[in-house]
Amino acid sequence: MSMSLHDFLYMDGYYFYVWSSYGLAVVILVWNVLSPMRQKRSLLRRLGKPKRRGRNS
Amino acid sequence: MYKSIVKLASTRNFYQFAGKLLPWLGWSTLILLLIGSYWGLVIAPTDYQQKDSYRIIYIHVPAAWMSLFIYMVMAGSGAAALIWKTKVSEIIANSCAPIGASFTFLALVTGSLWGKPMWGTWWEWDARLTSELILLFLYLGYMALQAAIEDRRTAARASAILAIVGVVNIPIIHYSVEWWFTLHQGPTVSKFSAPSMDKSMLYPLLVMAIAFKLFFLTALLQRSRNEILDRESTSTWVLESRDSL
Amino acid sequence: MRHSTSQAFLMVLRRDLTLAARNKSEWLNPLLFFILAAILFPLGIGPDPGTLQRIAPGIIWVTALLAALLSLDSIFRADYEDGSLEQLLLTPQPFAMLVFAKVLIHWFVTGLPLMLLSPLLAVSFHLPGDATITLLFTLLLGTPVLSLVGAIGSALTVALKRGGMLLSLLILPLYIPVLIFGAGAVDIAAGGMDASGHFLLIGALLVLSLTLAPLATAAALRISIG
Repeated sequence: MSMSLHDFLYMDGYYFYVWSSYGLAVVILVWNVLSPMRQKRSLLRRLGKPKRRGRNS
Repeated sequence: MYKSIVKLASTRNFYQFAGKLLPWLGWSTLILLLIGSYWGLVIAPTDYQQKDSYRIIYIHVPAAWMSLFIYMVMAGSGAAALIWKTKVSEIIANSCAPIGASFTFLALVTGSLWGKPMWGTWWEWDARLTSELILLFLYLGYMALQAAIEDRRTAARASAILAIVGVVNIPIIHYSVEWWFTLHQGPTVSKFSAPSMDKSMLYPLLVMAIAFKLFFLTALLQRSRNEILDRESTSTWVLESRDSL
Repeated sequence: MRHSTSQAFLMVLRRDLTLAARNKSEWLNPLLFFILAAILFPLGIGPDPGTLQRIAPGIIWVTALLAALLSLDSIFRADYEDGSLEQLLLTPQPFAMLVFAKVLIHWFVTGLPLMLLSPLLAVSFHLPGDATITLLFTLLLGTPVLSLVGAIGSALTVALKRGGMLLSLLILPLYIPVLIFGAGAVDIAAGGMDASGHFLLIGALLVLSLTLAPLATAAALRISIG
């Protein structure tokens, strides 16, 4: 509340370190959500195949 | 209550129960993460010595706490799998590993990023960073063992033993590294310790810690559900409810 | 004929000792590696006695560790492959005791010789006498820990075709405390101070491994044998 946008981004000169840390955190959290989602999609695709055409692929 | 826990041991019940929980967990995680980050980045006051670089603490410390907590869950679940031979325990243990490893990695890198402005170097062989690095290897070893054994159940049981042996070792490793570090501590390394924190700085830290825990649960349930689908892909309940999975 | 546990224990001891005597390379090779790897360091770093003296405790301990790691393959693999491990599992005697017997022999033919040869290396690194004696004792207490803990990893990977690298990845983090206290004790002794604190800790690690490691190893073997 007592911070200007400039202060927020500049982080007293430590912007590289602070924003890399938070950025990496975002990357890691997002990966931990997306990776299982991707897995699930390919799992469902694998499960869905026999129903669709009745031939093995 | 006991009965409902026992019911969860069935993969099908667990799958459905987890599915119901997930939206709640997901949203509350997101909300808490946003609140915690804003609190830590904007509202919390600047530190007198470390200026704004201390704000990395709101990522680094919760990540480090999670890296240890997740390992305990992994080992505990493994023990349950060995004792009661439940599939769900095996699945939970397996799902913990990649999540725990990524939090450990996050703790290490943010530790480095915090240390560079503080100590002047990217890496220091201090007790905490070194123990954390070894913890990462414990996780990676677990995942490597998992990958090396073909039969799922054998792999789970072998990894469970490894995880339990690792748990016994974590305090030993940490203590020995601390001893080693204090022995060799050079005069140039300023031993940075977290002093008793001011409440205005502590509260956002706790919020982030809770947010990370909720996130762990979310990611854990997601991965567990996937592994259940994978393992049970030939069972009737999966094949029949394909559309609603 | 029903054997008592101690009889079975002695039988395993005797059998493994005989086998080791026949397959000399299983314990000779790690020993040769120990010496060879250790002398790589003066060759790579330079012969300055001051430097060598300072790095000696760490170098000797690390190479001892790596040599122990190399020797671990021989604990269970041969018996796993010819089925005698499974036979051992099926005997009525407590499996963990028999496993312990195997680990004991393994230490006797790998760890103990390592310890006995260490003064040779110490001399080549210009390590002073007190420190050399400390080195001997740290290895005496530490190498059993290496065998005991290493056996767990060996048991987990025995059924895998290319388990060697994985074994190292699994065991090295667990070896770190012994390394720290072992090398640390010699460092302190070389500085002329009292290393008894470190010895107590190595002793504690030894006691812990003696009681818990055979159980974990037995459990891991059961899983690997299936």
